[in-house]
Amino acid sequence: MAPSPQTPGIVAGRLTEDALRENFADIAPPLTAHEALVAADRCYFCYDAPCTEACPTSIDVPLFIRQIQSGQPEASARTILSQNILGGMCARVCPTETLCEEACVREAAEGKPVEIGRLQRFATDAAMGRAQPFRRAAPTGRRIAVVGAGPAGLACAHRLALLGNEVTLFDARPKPGGLNEFGIAAYKSVDNFAQAEVDWLLDVGGITLRCGERLGETVSLETLRAGHDAVFLGIGLSGVRALGLTPAGARIRPAVEFIAEVRQADDLGGVPVGRRVVVIGGGMTAIDAGVQAKKLGADEVTIAYRRGREKMSASSYEQELAATEGVRILTDSVPVGVKLNGTGSLVEFARPDGETFTLHADEVLTAIGQTLGATPEALALSGGKIAVTGAGRTSLPGVWAGGDCAEGGDDLTVTAVAEGRDAALDIHASFGDAGLSGS
Amino acid sequence: MADLRSDFVGIRSPNPFWLASAPPTDKEVNVRRAFAAGWGGVVWKTLGLDPHIVNVNGPRYGAIWGADRRLLGLNNIELITDRPLDVNLREIKAVKRDWPDRAMVVSLMVPCDEESWRSILPLVEETGADGVELNFGCPHGMSERGMGSAVGQVPEYIEMVARWCKAATRMPVIVKLTPNITDIRQPAGAAKAGGADAVSLINTVSSITSVNLDNFSPEPSIDGKGSHGGYCGPAVKPIALNMVAEIARDPATRGLPISGIGGVTTWRDAAEFMALGSGTVQVCTAAMTYGFRIVEELVAGLATWMDEKGHADLDDFRGRAVPNITDWQYLNLNYVAKARIDQSLCIHCGRCYAACEDTSHQAIAMKPGRVFEVKDDECVACNLCVNVCPVEDCISMVELAPGEIDARTGKVVSPDYANWTSHPNNPAAKAAE
Repeated sequence: MAPSPQTPGIVAGRLTEDALRENFADIAPPLTAHEALVAADRCYFCYDAPCTEACPTSIDVPLFIRQIQSGQPEASARTILSQNILGGMCARVCPTETLCEEACVREAAEGKPVEIGRLQRFATDAAMGRAQPFRRAAPTGRRIAVVGAGPAGLACAHRLALLGNEVTLFDARPKPGGLNEFGIAAYKSVDNFAQAEVDWLLDVGGITLRCGERLGETVSLETLRAGHDAVFLGIGLSGVRALGLTPAGARIRPAVEFIAEVRQADDLGGVPVGRRVVVIGGGMTAIDAGVQAKKLGADEVTIAYRRGREKMSASSYEQELAATEGVRILTDSVPVGVKLNGTGSLVEFARPDGETFTLHADEVLTAIGQTLGATPEALALSGGKIAVTGAGRTSLPGVWAGGDCAEGGDDLTVTAVAEGRDAALDIHASFGDAGLSGS
Repeated sequence: MADLRSDFVGIRSPNPFWLASAPPTDKEVNVRRAFAAGWGGVVWKTLGLDPHIVNVNGPRYGAIWGADRRLLGLNNIELITDRPLDVNLREIKAVKRDWPDRAMVVSLMVPCDEESWRSILPLVEETGADGVELNFGCPHGMSERGMGSAVGQVPEYIEMVARWCKAATRMPVIVKLTPNITDIRQPAGAAKAGGADAVSLINTVSSITSVNLDNFSPEPSIDGKGSHGGYCGPAVKPIALNMVAEIARDPATRGLPISGIGGVTTWRDAAEFMALGSGTVQVCTAAMTYGFRIVEELVAGLATWMDEKGHADLDDFRGRAVPNITDWQYLNLNYVAKARIDQSLCIHCGRCYAACEDTSHQAIAMKPGRVFEVKDDECVACNLCVNVCPVEDCISMVELAPGEIDARTGKVVSPDYANWTSHPNNPAAKAAE
């Protein structure tokens, strides 16, 4: 008999191919051309617009929406991409409800903001099918090593290349994209969009991609510094916090692993998932893991968060998505013990009043934070991240850092893009006029 | 319940809503449907002499739209009826026989010679129609042949043809005017001088709706070429209202019955035309956009408003706005207002600030927290902020009471009326006493 959501243990193929296809279809399908015109018409073209102010990459939102209104989505995309070269992915993954759309005056006026994220996707989709709209400046002769081909590294590499520099882009994984490729729920980035976007971005030229190169293993910071005019580190957070309660044999693993497995699967029917899944955490990662477990066919999925709902870093939109998908969210539930129970576990939680309760879990996914992996000793750290000043300057001369690995800013794709871009500008400026002339 | 019955130069209809002479009134089948839907009358699509004209075999209409394809303006290059005269006459007679309570006016356009007009009028009279409307308005096609607006642009011709028609028929004669002139009072006066019973206006405005930027053809495009058409629909209503008002208030034409036409889409539009002196209103684009059923809203809406305001019948409010239309020189220069922003309604978009700062009088301050405040010492009460504000009633123009000081001029607001004719800056000013 084929497995079903109620099949005990951790098994693959709980749902039919059709059901999986439907579950993992684009969660926010693109606007049609007419829908985009109607949505764009709602924009008031605010003065000194709050949405632009709220965007970490400072995209000129009123201008790009006006360009959609006037029938030029490609020109609109150029407005977006000139500030945020990963505007396509950001249109899919940005928590717009806490950024531009929260700031939208129509949110204040009527609780229904202009659909900025979907409009951004409409515009950038139009650009993705076309050649890279940006042209590189004259060669500077400068060579920069960018470590990490995630959002920060990609944005940094693109901007540096645009300014006429030669970039070598290293990534430890077998393919580029970072969290865009490995860390985002599959239904947010369908049709292999992350790779398509990277390919499109690299089309600018001047960027040599080297995958499978891990800092501290196959390449060292010293070598990179010696061989380049500057180094940018966008290495993300490769470590995960552990629960610290794990008895041997319990099926407990980081949610990011599960998310990557789902994203990289050629056949979702082959991805095993527990009948009862408990996700521990309260951020986007917890939601992405919990919702995808449910969509894979898990019978019961519970997200348990140790503090109150108002402290959850997952946005209300994400929380609603989880609720709609039938994922239960428990708050004020601190995990205090895990016991083996047959093939699964019993997870014990404590409430603030001391009351305890127990959940059965065939599979426990932990989403309680990620940490900086091993970094070169020479780099000063601050609060568990690489210490930076200004536009990503680390304690080492000629070394910049940005994205999740660097201190400051929210750990968001869009923030990483902004930091990578700004570090690129700072790196380029540090070369002075001599660099610009290519001497 | 308000009485919507209309008696317009002796032409009676159960309500003042007529379908204008246009495609909706070209055939018996359409007009029967219109009467069944509740229209008070029709002006049958313009008849001409045989052999009947032909139309293009490509697009006849062009349009402009709002973002959600709301049709804002329509342009047409269709000519007068392209069916034989006797077919139209037979159908008019049949419909009038079956709908005796509805107004049946027949639009006419024949060459500008007396015999042509004298010969067609008895044929129309024989149908039992209630009146005729002389089409001196269409700006496209027929005008190239010396008809339509080619006549309407020459007051002497209007007067001459109106006189021929009045002499040749017992039916009321309505002259339909073209807006494609510089002063609407001249053709209206000519119609009156020729003995016309009424005027109807406006006909369509000469226009090109758009240009195709791929093949550089104007739209609508016929084999890559275009010809100007006649523009109508909501976009032309302000033009029409002004022209109706000009005729209604000009001493030479005051009291001349008017059938108002131009972008009437809702009951409110109709009430505005009537407040400016129109006895009936004629509708076309709204019907062509939404179908005949809109008359239900027009009738119910007008009656509801009349009941709310206590207007028992159409005469109660017809022309009520006319005395308030005046020349600029008589506007009260001692009336002083200031913009007021209701902070509780403000959504902080800053459009008022951008508009005022960039294009007007730098009279709105942007304060921390996106708070927008009017600078009374700069505000000239131009109303631009009100017009660009996306929130209704958020910004309003508040009159300063006599005795208050206008912070911009430093002067005390006078309770007295004073206009340009006596203003010291007017070189032609007359002494106040």
